[in-house]
Amino acid sequence: MLDGAGATFPAVLYSKWYDEYFKLTGVKVNYQSIGSGGGIKGISDQTVDFGATDGPMTDEQMKAARGGEILHIPMALGAVVPTYNIPELKTPMKLTSDTLAGIFLGDITMWNDARLVADNPDLAAVNKDITTVHRSDGSGTTFVFVDYLSAVSKTWKDRIGVATSVNWPHGLGAKGNEGVAGEVKSNLYSIGYVEYVYAAKNRLGFAWMQNQSGAFIEPTLESVSAAAAGAAANIAPDLRASIVNAPGPRAYPISGFTWLLAYRTMKDLARAQALTRVMWWSIHDGQKFAGDLGYVPIPDPIVEKAADKILSIHVNDRRAFPHS
Amino acid sequence: MRSDSHPSLLEDAASGSALSRNSDLLFSRGTAVIAGGSIVLLVGLAVLLIHDSLPSLSRYGPNFFVTTKWDPVFEEFGAAHYAYGTLVTSILALILATPVGIATALFVAEYAPRWLGDPIGFVIELLAVIPSVIFGLWAFFILTPIVRFTIEPALKAAIGPLPVIGGLFVGPTIGRDYFTAGVILAIMILPTIMSISREIFRAVPDTQREGMLALGATRWEMISNAVLPYARGGLAGAMGLGLARAMGETMAVTMVIGNSSSAISASLLTPGYTMASAIANQFTEADKEIYFAAIVQVALMLLVVATIVNLLSRVLVARITSKFSDAA
Amino acid sequence: MSAASDARPALSLHRTQPGELGRRIVDGIATTLIVGSAVLGVAILAVILGYVVIKGLPAWNIPFFTERPLPYGEVGGGVLPAIAGTMVMLILAAAIAIPAGLATAIYLSEFGRGTFPRAVRFVLDVLAGMPSIVVGVFVWALLVRQVIGTFSALAGAVALAIIMIPIVTRTVEEILRLVPNHLREASLALGAPYWRTVLFVILPTARAGVITGVMLSLARAGGETAPLLLTALGNQFLSFDLLRPMASLPVQIYSYAVAPFDDWHTKAWGSALILILVIGTLSLLTRLATRGARMY
Repeated sequence: MLDGAGATFPAVLYSKWYDEYFKLTGVKVNYQSIGSGGGIKGISDQTVDFGATDGPMTDEQMKAARGGEILHIPMALGAVVPTYNIPELKTPMKLTSDTLAGIFLGDITMWNDARLVADNPDLAAVNKDITTVHRSDGSGTTFVFVDYLSAVSKTWKDRIGVATSVNWPHGLGAKGNEGVAGEVKSNLYSIGYVEYVYAAKNRLGFAWMQNQSGAFIEPTLESVSAAAAGAAANIAPDLRASIVNAPGPRAYPISGFTWLLAYRTMKDLARAQALTRVMWWSIHDGQKFAGDLGYVPIPDPIVEKAADKILSIHVNDRRAFPHS
Repeated sequence: MRSDSHPSLLEDAASGSALSRNSDLLFSRGTAVIAGGSIVLLVGLAVLLIHDSLPSLSRYGPNFFVTTKWDPVFEEFGAAHYAYGTLVTSILALILATPVGIATALFVAEYAPRWLGDPIGFVIELLAVIPSVIFGLWAFFILTPIVRFTIEPALKAAIGPLPVIGGLFVGPTIGRDYFTAGVILAIMILPTIMSISREIFRAVPDTQREGMLALGATRWEMISNAVLPYARGGLAGAMGLGLARAMGETMAVTMVIGNSSSAISASLLTPGYTMASAIANQFTEADKEIYFAAIVQVALMLLVVATIVNLLSRVLVARITSKFSDAA
Repeated sequence: MSAASDARPALSLHRTQPGELGRRIVDGIATTLIVGSAVLGVAILAVILGYVVIKGLPAWNIPFFTERPLPYGEVGGGVLPAIAGTMVMLILAAAIAIPAGLATAIYLSEFGRGTFPRAVRFVLDVLAGMPSIVVGVFVWALLVRQVIGTFSALAGAVALAIIMIPIVTRTVEEILRLVPNHLREASLALGAPYWRTVLFVILPTARAGVITGVMLSLARAGGETAPLLLTALGNQFLSFDLLRPMASLPVQIYSYAVAPFDDWHTKAWGSALILILVIGTLSLLTRLATRGARMY
């Protein structure tokens, strides 16, 4: 049995994957969604076999990892969507980088603020306080979200910064994507940020974000793929990539990769084989499950690079992935 | 409380065979070693916590306890608002639970006949065994909407406009705040306060009661003049133990308090953290060494505060019950 | 009546004194408030239990008890790994806590005079009042991070055992103290070594109290969530591997409650119902055992 822990962002996909993988091979891959921070800490402390994160590890974190070099292996792409609970709004909310930053910084406090009404006339009738919901745990979803906000708002970058866990100026904290969706669902007039599927599956409204070209983009398979299109060509060799605020007319601006974290040098051959096998399956066969569940498959050039990373995992100079 | 044990019958056994003497020695030493294990455990725990929080202790010093900026990005950690959250919710719980707990204890000990009082006491003690997470579940789904849509708006409308204490009810009524946490904590510590108070009342000697009744006092006068004054110290101890329990509660609190690191605010309608819920939310995810050390330091804070309150309360309770058993 | 008796002052014992009405009103108010508090306390318990039953029963079907969880968002499946996990970890925790607690209780009751036993008692008081999240932090730092090296059922069991030991020790010690000396003296006079006396004469006599202590501590440990979140983590598969993460009912309840899926909410209530039944039964049995205990 393999034990992994980490991001809640891809948890919907991973829980499907590992259920299917168990039915296929009988190998149990136990994945606990405790947040990307937990995945990073878990693999760093070597308390789990693999970690999962949507916020790439920093150089400092990678140096601190107890078992040596850590590999980031991309598994899927997803969209971080601002999700809200406003019964009066019948059409999707439209948010710009300024209005989104304003809401989460606390500059915009009412739903019928002029700046919001400018893009959403229906909000003029909603004279209610905005309740923001953020992650209380260390989160890659947070990372992608604040990465975007830092890219588009200097105030955000200077005041709050980018990390898996930041000092939110206000709002409720909830654990996991599940928790944020749960809070938004049970709190009228609240807004949070979650991976697309958590909003869609719970029939929560999600906003269309304005991208660099000025268009309001709906988070879809196409728009997220468009955001990743540029990355495929010039992704960093260690595959840690940020694709927020991507250029391109159809690109959804708050998109991100999600990775598995594993050590290049492992100690237990059986375990390493099992891990490399399931990762191999995930980036090849597993990709077909992504679309239905609200995720986006990784582009082929990146699949190849990910495969290379998997093949580089070894135990005592011996490649872990079995020669077939 | 009797703190002596049996006279050492081991000396009497010494007249037995050499074999039995050695096995007795082994027995007494063996159990002593295991008993000593608990001391090793506690010391080890304290040492480990101090060791792991050293990076934070040395870097932030005493400021840690008074600053409220908890910023993992810019590496500024201050846990004053976590301590504040613990304090506010626990004290609110105490304020709500103490009258009901002591009154119920009076009912069981002074008013009700045994056939009624004992079962009622047992039923309320059943509240004590309900796990924290189930209180959290109930509070999350049932209590919060009631608080949010009924209780808080009513309190805000009634008390909000008043000077000074109006500041307790400022802000949007979301239901995920200190207030809801205080209410669920009150329910959780009610049985603790009740059962200890009941023991205290039972320990008050009857001579006092009989004296008052002979003078023609009503039952309430008898209680307020003969029982309560003598039980004061013990009741304080009961409250203290309730307080200690409230401070250490994690799950029920974390599910309704809002988990927000915003600064200290007087309003009970603010979402916040307690020390325990902060640890629960952030411990497994503290992915930087200094962040981890800061969390462990919060755990250390919690341990010290809870232990002090706990021990002080036990002393208070013990003194009263021994005073009465001597006097009886 | 004669005119003479009319002139005598009335000696009625029920003559109303000045201010007595006020005192009676105060007494009435006090009584009402006090009885009301008791009613409130019982009502709160009834409400909470009522909700758990009403909301939890719909979750109870065969798959709920026999299957493992389905992937996120899919309706169906069950909580078998959590039920099994709680049982396994409780049994393991008891295996650690009962011998340790018994030995400590025996030491304190039979040999307990002096500073060392006083120190042990003090330490046990501290441990009894320790927030369980702190226990979790300690066991994580010691076992998960170092000694065992993974999140594991064993670490979870150790955390639970640490919580159980003070309860077992305190309950058993009190019972042992109540066993009268003549039993000890008789056994020793017959030439039995002390350890035999304790194990085969005293302990069996105190049987009811020992069982009470065990059940009380199990009821407490069975509901603990925070330490398990940090030590045993969780598992969506059925597993009996003690060196790997394991599911448990309290953690399952928490995970399901805060998630957005309605099916999971129902399952959270259903799991809570299971937990309440188990813990409630243990508590009830404990109460009955002490009620009927007649030792001498």
